[in-house]
Amino acid sequence: MISQRFANLGVEQGAGVSGTKKSATRDMPDWMSAEHSTGTTIMACEFDGGVVIGADTRTTTGMYVANRVTDKLTRVTDRIYCCRSGSAADTQAIADIVSYHLEFHEIESGEPALVRGAAAVFQDMCYNYRDQLSAGIIVAGWDSRHGGQVYSVPIGGMLVRQEVCIGGSGSGFLYGFVDSNFRPKMSRDEAEKFVTSAVTLALNRDGSSGGCVRLGTITKDGIDRKVVLHNELPKFYEG
Amino acid sequence: MNSEGGVRSFDSFATSLPKGERRNPITHTQAPVTTGTSIIAFEYDGGILMAADMLGSYGSLARYRSVPRLLKVNDKTVIGCMGDYADFQYLQAIIEQMEVDEACKDDGFQTTARSLHSWLTRVLYNKRCKFDPLWTTFVVAGLDQDKPFLGFVDKLGTAYTDPIITTGYASMLATPLIRKAVEDKLKDKNEKLTLAEARKVIEDSLTLMYYRDARASNKYQIAIIPSNGEASIIEEPKTLLGDWSVAHLIKGYE
Repeated sequence: MISQRFANLGVEQGAGVSGTKKSATRDMPDWMSAEHSTGTTIMACEFDGGVVIGADTRTTTGMYVANRVTDKLTRVTDRIYCCRSGSAADTQAIADIVSYHLEFHEIESGEPALVRGAAAVFQDMCYNYRDQLSAGIIVAGWDSRHGGQVYSVPIGGMLVRQEVCIGGSGSGFLYGFVDSNFRPKMSRDEAEKFVTSAVTLALNRDGSSGGCVRLGTITKDGIDRKVVLHNELPKFYEG
Repeated sequence: MNSEGGVRSFDSFATSLPKGERRNPITHTQAPVTTGTSIIAFEYDGGILMAADMLGSYGSLARYRSVPRLLKVNDKTVIGCMGDYADFQYLQAIIEQMEVDEACKDDGFQTTARSLHSWLTRVLYNKRCKFDPLWTTFVVAGLDQDKPFLGFVDKLGTAYTDPIITTGYASMLATPLIRKAVEDKLKDKNEKLTLAEARKVIEDSLTLMYYRDARASNKYQIAIIPSNGEASIIEEPKTLLGDWSVAHLIKGYE
């Protein structure tokens, strides 16, 4: 349990931990003590037949780029993926546990899990441990009952379904772009171009996002993954 | 999770530690994350009207713009919630399960607004006492033996009832508007507002909120809890326009 880990360190949760951290780390560069964060731009949108998910590929520790080719699009089931933003450790741990729960559920029920079900398991964890986690997650996938769906589980642990959802630090730069360019029921191709353009724009402006754009298109036939390498990204005004 | 007792225990985390290692429950005063703004509710001649906009704000960002903040509990009870939306969803799941349990008992009784208000007060107050609040303010509206009931509970467990209940900014902006309309009608005709008049007051209040509350939006829902025995209803979302023509009258700042 999380509280037991802190107890074993002989340190109390909360102020105690940060006090120790500060004194031990004041002589080091920021990246030696900062938590791994998927600074990030993540996105998912529904199209006619499924969903397209996208993310940048930068993981930072403070201002150092710890991984420039990260994969933030994480499998939960064959047809349900999650886009991870926030603490890398927290989101990886949550995704692993959710994946386990769904695998168990699929064995018991004998059918593929519903996207809504996966999102509810994420919500359960993100809400009940909200004070200890830093995780903003987008759950997207396809199931036979409701087709392509996108669910947002932001920090705090609420759950809401949306046709298009953006997240992570880079998303702040995209609200205008998405509001003016998103149309419901796009074709698969249009949706992929839309997500690629959006993530590229955010990547160019957000210091915590960068690298390449990873895409995933989930339909009844499973997931189709693509990487658009940095030099192949669409070109915009560069100023 | 599905047993009646389990769903309603709020300190299950603390009690799941191994025996012999009982610690104090983890206590944090949260900061709310995705929040809703004010709720407005008041009595009219045919029951109660409640309204809320549909915005979930993420700090100053208007992030989730179609989020329902009114919940129909049963035919006789509607609640509205302001504050942290994840905490609202948590209680929503518990309240909906409570209604299923009541229906299963099949004894002709339904959760009343008064009892829900009382239950919410106890839950919120006890969480507050443990320094682990549900960062929410609720307005509970319904019928209590055919008489309208309208109650308020906040995250501290402060609870009261009144014919006009507003939360947040609305308590400053909308309450005077509603009071004037209600009291004028009472003085002139010794009657309560009609449904049409009440709707107009709600729309004027929500418009004023849209002008003056930086965390409000113009997409809203109205709930009606009629006192004549008909079922309560939460209407389809509507959009306000507001009157901005005064902008033409202003030039410069001198």
